[in-house]
Amino acid sequence: MADFLLAAAGFVLVTVAVGLVRILSGPGDADRIMAAQLFGTGGIAALLLLAQAMSVPAAIDVGLVLGLLAAFVSVAFVKGVTRSQADEA
Amino acid sequence: MSLALNGLTIVAVCAGAFFFLAGTVGLLRFPDALSRLHALTKADNLGLGLVVLGLLFQVGGVFAALKLIGVWLLTLLAAATVSQLLARAARASGPHE
Repeated sequence: MADFLLAAAGFVLVTVAVGLVRILSGPGDADRIMAAQLFGTGGIAALLLLAQAMSVPAAIDVGLVLGLLAAFVSVAFVKGVTRSQADEA
Repeated sequence: MSLALNGLTIVAVCAGAFFFLAGTVGLLRFPDALSRLHALTKADNLGLGLVVLGLLFQVGGVFAALKLIGVWLLTLLAAATVSQLLARAARASGPHE
């Protein structure tokens, strides 16, 4: 079972890493932050799978913190965007 | 019994991995920011949800199971809030293509 969970964690990580191509290609800043958001969620899923596969319960806490930080990234991004638009206006 | 639980885990985790794949393909292939956001939220909610569901069959105690569900609920809450904010930012900055 551990082998399957490890393989699933690797698959999710590789899939989400391919999605990071969107950060390079853009075109908008919102598209780039979306790829980072997907990477956050995929990272949580991979951490949960690893925690079970390798019997490291602490990795679940790491996933929890990652989820919290990934949410703050996007909130900070949106606040920055709306503030710069307010400055231009 | 453990064989049946392992089977359920494999089915649920595979379905979750499929949704992550679908989210990535959608993020790369969809034409504009709002439809990309649509693909992203599927991966957030269903992909992680199915992975957590699959892991629930493997954990030993009630506390560990509740913790896994808590991780998923936090991510759901964050994804719902963040997708609203991102959609507003994407619309304010106008169509890109």
